[in-house]
Amino acid sequence: MDLALTIIIDGLIYASWLFIVALGLTLVFGVLRILNFAHGGLYALGSYGAAVAVSAFSGWGLGGWFSLVAMFIAALAVAVIVAPVIERGLLRFFYGKDEVLVLLITYAIFLMLEDVTKMIFGVDPYYVFEPRNLLGNVELGSLFYVGYDLALMGLALICGFGVWFGLNRTRIGKITLAVINEPEVSQAMGVNIARVYLLAFGLGVFLAALGGAFTAPLISVQPGISVSVIIVSFAVVIIGGLGSIPGAAIGALIVGLARSFAVYEFPEAEIFIIYLVMVAVLIFRPEGLFTPVKARKI
Amino acid sequence: MSARVFTIAALGALALIALGLVAPDWLLFTVTKAIGFGLVALGIVALMRGGLVSFGQGLYYCAGAYVSGLISNRLEVTDVAILLFAGALAGGLAAAAISPLISRYRGIFFAMLTMALSMVLYGVLAKVTAIGGSDGFNVASPSFFGWTPGVAKADYALFAAAVVAAALAAALCRLYFDSGPGLIALASRENELRVEYLGASVFTVTQRNVIVAGALAGLGGALNGFALGHIDPYFSYWTTSGEVVFIAILGGYASVIAVFGAALITELVRSFSGQYFPESWQLSLGLFLLVVIVFLPRGFGSLWAGRRGGGAREEPK
Repeated sequence: MDLALTIIIDGLIYASWLFIVALGLTLVFGVLRILNFAHGGLYALGSYGAAVAVSAFSGWGLGGWFSLVAMFIAALAVAVIVAPVIERGLLRFFYGKDEVLVLLITYAIFLMLEDVTKMIFGVDPYYVFEPRNLLGNVELGSLFYVGYDLALMGLALICGFGVWFGLNRTRIGKITLAVINEPEVSQAMGVNIARVYLLAFGLGVFLAALGGAFTAPLISVQPGISVSVIIVSFAVVIIGGLGSIPGAAIGALIVGLARSFAVYEFPEAEIFIIYLVMVAVLIFRPEGLFTPVKARKI
Repeated sequence: MSARVFTIAALGALALIALGLVAPDWLLFTVTKAIGFGLVALGIVALMRGGLVSFGQGLYYCAGAYVSGLISNRLEVTDVAILLFAGALAGGLAAAAISPLISRYRGIFFAMLTMALSMVLYGVLAKVTAIGGSDGFNVASPSFFGWTPGVAKADYALFAAAVVAAALAAALCRLYFDSGPGLIALASRENELRVEYLGASVFTVTQRNVIVAGALAGLGGALNGFALGHIDPYFSYWTTSGEVVFIAILGGYASVIAVFGAALITELVRSFSGQYFPESWQLSLGLFLLVVIVFLPRGFGSLWAGRRGGGAREEPK
């Protein structure tokens, strides 16, 4: 009984983390039709930014709950600084082009971000332990969990609902959806699509960096963390259906629970369970679980 | 037509083998490795002509390396021709087994499904300790039709074998690309539905391309396994596949020779980046690839393919 509960809770925690990390990727594809390989690099920048920000805040005597504010500000800073450079400097020339070519552009950006990150932050690991201690430990039945880990579920819900609401229930969100479907008509009707694209990409970068920032307390922040999240993010997004936020949530749940189950029951399979899930889903649903309907041109 | 293609390939191979006599060992090794990757990239070009890109060529590349490496180590068969053929066969068979499944997919989903499959292989190999687990295993240098070169000649001998393999692969691919089935792939890239209406089967064409790509990847894997002297599951990791996709994009699909040129350039950029910018080699490589993709979206091959007379010129999208 405890084992089942452990698997489920661990799975939910991992799924929440996956969703937070992958949400930015889903958003960027949903709006811009770009599968952003650089997502991993942006996540890493978020982690490093959080590490630096939390230390700085602590040095200014703003420890405790202010460290959460520091992490948020770090993610925001990454988005404000990096998003315009990448989107205005490069991506805008490739909208509507071959999707695989754009995938490779973002892969090149990812390679560059790897070294830029090393140049800025060095190769020594950073540790950000203060935030994880804030919420203490939580007892669930006979199990003990770190409160911070459980809080990730709340963060995932907030982020997911926030993005969904923003896209579907606000004026700017509806304009964005219009741009997604008919950029030319939207432009003719007076929409500044360049601004919409920049805003959407910026939000995607912010979410990637936010994922990194809130992951920083869970890991040692060092070179190589970006590679580990790229493929799992892709897996979640592909499984859920490209561009679908509810799909990404379902995808994260499936992957999270499958991985948790593998860790406890078949440890040898943990290293590739995500890919098996991806293959299995794609076999039965060739375009993922929740693919938005789109017109086909002959 | 075929005679001319094979003549050009043979002359090119002879020229390179002759040049190899005066080249330093480090260059021989670099070119050999570039040819290994070039062969894998050539397979991706076959897929690209049909509008598909695979991020999972590492699967066949790894299968080819492991099969030829194990044959060398366990069965003590050391002849290079047999080993390379075994690698290509392993890659081709693996592709044939998988092709009914993946030939149904397109675009990003084809890329991601093939990547997922190669990562499953990576994960499995990392756990199978009987064949080295995540550490992999070493392989001895192959022999050449009964002759075992000494240490001094080993690099050159393998280089010569690589050149011959590349020439054969390039010639055969040129013939295939210019054949009826090869040209149908180009058509399906533009509009699959109309190709179906014309009476061809896009599924069959895709399946054939997947198998060709798999065999070439297996051949490349076998070659690089012996060039490096060590084979491990990383051959199947997604970053390995990603790097080869870049080579294919750089080369473009207009010319088979350009693919090997792109492979050599990429390998040299990586080598010099690692030497002169050890702290920022990824930045150098990323910048280089970015510049090429931005300015030559159809690859190096498009530079002189466009000057050839005859044939409709492809309009830029």
